[in-house]
Amino acid sequence: MSTQAKYRPTWLKIGSVVFIAVWLIIAAFPFIWTLWGSFKIELDFFSIADWTNAFYGRNTEATYGSPFTLAGYEGAWIKEGFGQNVINTFIVCFFVVATSLTIGTLGAYALSRSSYNYVFWLLITALIFRAIPPITLVSGYLPPFFQYNVWGFLPTAIIVLVAINQPFTLWMLNSFFQKIPQDLDESAKVDGCTQFQAFRLVIMPVMWPGVITTGLFSFLLAYNDFAVTSMLLAESNRTMIPAINAFLGTTQTEGNVMFAVAAVVSATVPLFILVMFFQRQIVSGLTAGAVKG
Amino acid sequence: MKHRTFFWFFLPTALAMLVFIAAPLVSIIMQSVFVPHEAVLIESENCGPFGCTKSTTVDQEATAQLRADQPLGRFVGFDIYKDRGHLATAEVGNAWRSSDSFGDFFSALGNLPFYRSLAFTLTYTFVCTPLLIMLGFAIAVGVNSLNKAVKGFVIFFSLLPMIVTPLVGALVLFWMVDSRGILGNFLSYLANDPTLSLKASTPLMWISLIVYGIWSSAPFAFVVFYAGLQTVPQDTLESAQIDGATRWQQIRYVIIPHLMPLVTFVALIQLMDNFRVFEPIIGFSAEAHATSLSWIIFNDLGGETRQLTAAATTSVLTVIGVAILLSPVLVRTWRDFKGKAH
Repeated sequence: MSTQAKYRPTWLKIGSVVFIAVWLIIAAFPFIWTLWGSFKIELDFFSIADWTNAFYGRNTEATYGSPFTLAGYEGAWIKEGFGQNVINTFIVCFFVVATSLTIGTLGAYALSRSSYNYVFWLLITALIFRAIPPITLVSGYLPPFFQYNVWGFLPTAIIVLVAINQPFTLWMLNSFFQKIPQDLDESAKVDGCTQFQAFRLVIMPVMWPGVITTGLFSFLLAYNDFAVTSMLLAESNRTMIPAINAFLGTTQTEGNVMFAVAAVVSATVPLFILVMFFQRQIVSGLTAGAVKG
Repeated sequence: MKHRTFFWFFLPTALAMLVFIAAPLVSIIMQSVFVPHEAVLIESENCGPFGCTKSTTVDQEATAQLRADQPLGRFVGFDIYKDRGHLATAEVGNAWRSSDSFGDFFSALGNLPFYRSLAFTLTYTFVCTPLLIMLGFAIAVGVNSLNKAVKGFVIFFSLLPMIVTPLVGALVLFWMVDSRGILGNFLSYLANDPTLSLKASTPLMWISLIVYGIWSSAPFAFVVFYAGLQTVPQDTLESAQIDGATRWQQIRYVIIPHLMPLVTFVALIQLMDNFRVFEPIIGFSAEAHATSLSWIIFNDLGGETRQLTAAATTSVLTVIGVAILLSPVLVRTWRDFKGKAH
C-alpha cells in the first residue's frame, strides 16, 4: 500500500490520540482510584471536605500514623472471613469450567460434524436459551431444590451454572470446531478409528486454542455470576460476589464500607491477571461468534 | 455423522439444558397460574355454661389430602398476571378512564411496580445499545490507527470494564459518583448545588446507570469492530482513495458497510444482555429511582418470604419480553433457512 494512502492530517492524528487517551482514563481510572482508596479509611475514600485528602490520606495518617492502612483488608479477610468465599468461588469456577468443557466439546463436536436439519433447530434453541435471563429460571429451581434438600450447596450451584453456560459454550465451540477440516475425521476413520476415537485422538489435540478460549469465558461466567449464586447458595457457602453484596447490607450501616472496598479490589485482582495473560484468547473468543456474521 | 452417534455425543449437554433450562421454564409457567393451597380450616363452636365460643383450627388431614390430590396447587388462571404487582389491568383501566392526558396516564402507570420497571428496562436497553455501538466503533477506529507497540496496552485497559464482574464494576463507579465520592463532589461543584446527590435525583440516577451500561459494554463492541477492521478489503479502500473519497466518505461507504453484519451481531447480543440489567441497580442502590424486571424477580425471591408465585409470573413476562426482542432475528434466521432448503 502506498504511503500516500495512509497519510493522515496532523489534526486528525492528534484528535484520535487524545480521544483514545480520554477513553483509557475513563476505562482505567475508576479501578486505579478504588485500588488507591482501598488503603485509606472511609473519611479519606469518601472525602467531602477536601478531595485531596483521598490522594494524600490525611485522615488515615491521623488515625494510623501512615497514609496507607490495611485495615479494610484486615476487616474483610480476617473479621468477615472473606477467604472462605474466595475458596468457594475457585471451587465453583474449577468444576464449572471442567464440566461444561467436557460435555460442551462432545455436544459441539456432534453439532459441527452433522448436517441434518435438527442441528439448525438445536442451535436456534440454544440461542433462545442464551437469551433468557438466568434469574427468570430461579423460581423454577427453588421448589424442587427445597424438596430434595439440595438447596444451598456448592455442587447444586455448579450444576446449574454448567447448564446455564451450555448454550453459549456450544455456540462458541461449534464455531471453533467448524474451522477444523472434516477431512481430518474422515482420514482417521479410514485408518480404523471410531467416531469417538477420532474426536479424542485426532480432533481434540488440534482444538486446544478453542477449548482454552471457551474455558476462559466459562470461568468468567461462573466467577461473575451474582443473581443465580446469591439465590442458590446458603450463607456459609457463599461465593465472592454474593458475599460482597452481603457486606454492603451489613457493614455499610456500621461504617465499614471499607471492607466492601477491600473485597471488591480483592475480587478484581484475579480478573486483572487473567486479562494480562489471556488477552489474545479473550479477543479471539469475542470475535469467534461474530466472524460468521 | 450417524443419528445414533450424534445422539450419544449430544446427550450430556442436552440433558443439562433440558433439566436446568427447559424444565424450569415449564415450571415457572405452571407456578404463575397455580397458587399454593390455603390450609383447610374447621370452624367449631364450643358451648359451655358461660355461652358459646367459636374457634377455627387447621384441619391437617384435609389440608394434606388436598395438597396430595392436587400437587400443583389451586388453579387461578391469569389472576396473578392481572394483579397490582404485575400487569395491573384494573388499575390501568382506571388510570385510562380518569386521566385527561397521556401525561397523566403515564404518570399513573409510573406508580405501578411492573410498568415502572418496564419503563426503566426498555429505556436502558434502547439508549445504551446504540450509544455503546457508536462509542465502540469510535474506539476501534482510533486504536486501529495507533502505533503497534501501544495497541496491546490500550486493548488491555479497554477490556477491563467489560471483563470485571458487573456488580464490582457498578460499585466502583458508584463509589465515585456517590455524593461523597470524587465525581459526585465534582458534579455538585460544577452545578454549584451542594445538595445535588445521586440518591436524591431520579434523572441523575438513570443517567448514571446508563453511563455504567455504556462503560461496561463499549469494550465488547470495540473488540468486535476492531477485529472487523483488520479484514476491511484494502483494494476497495485504495480504489476509493484513488477516486478521491474523503476520509469520512471512506468510513461511510467502505468501512461501515463492511462492518454492518458485525453491528447487527453486537446489537443483538447487547439487546439481550441489557434487557436483563440487574447488577448495576444493586450496586448503585438505585431501587428508589430505577428498578428493572430482573430486579423485581430478585426482590420477590429474596428475603424471608420467598414469593415464588409472584416471581414466576414476572419471570414469564420477562421471557415474553426477550422473545419479542429476539423475534426479528428468529424470523430472519428462519427465512434464511427456508431459502437454503429450497
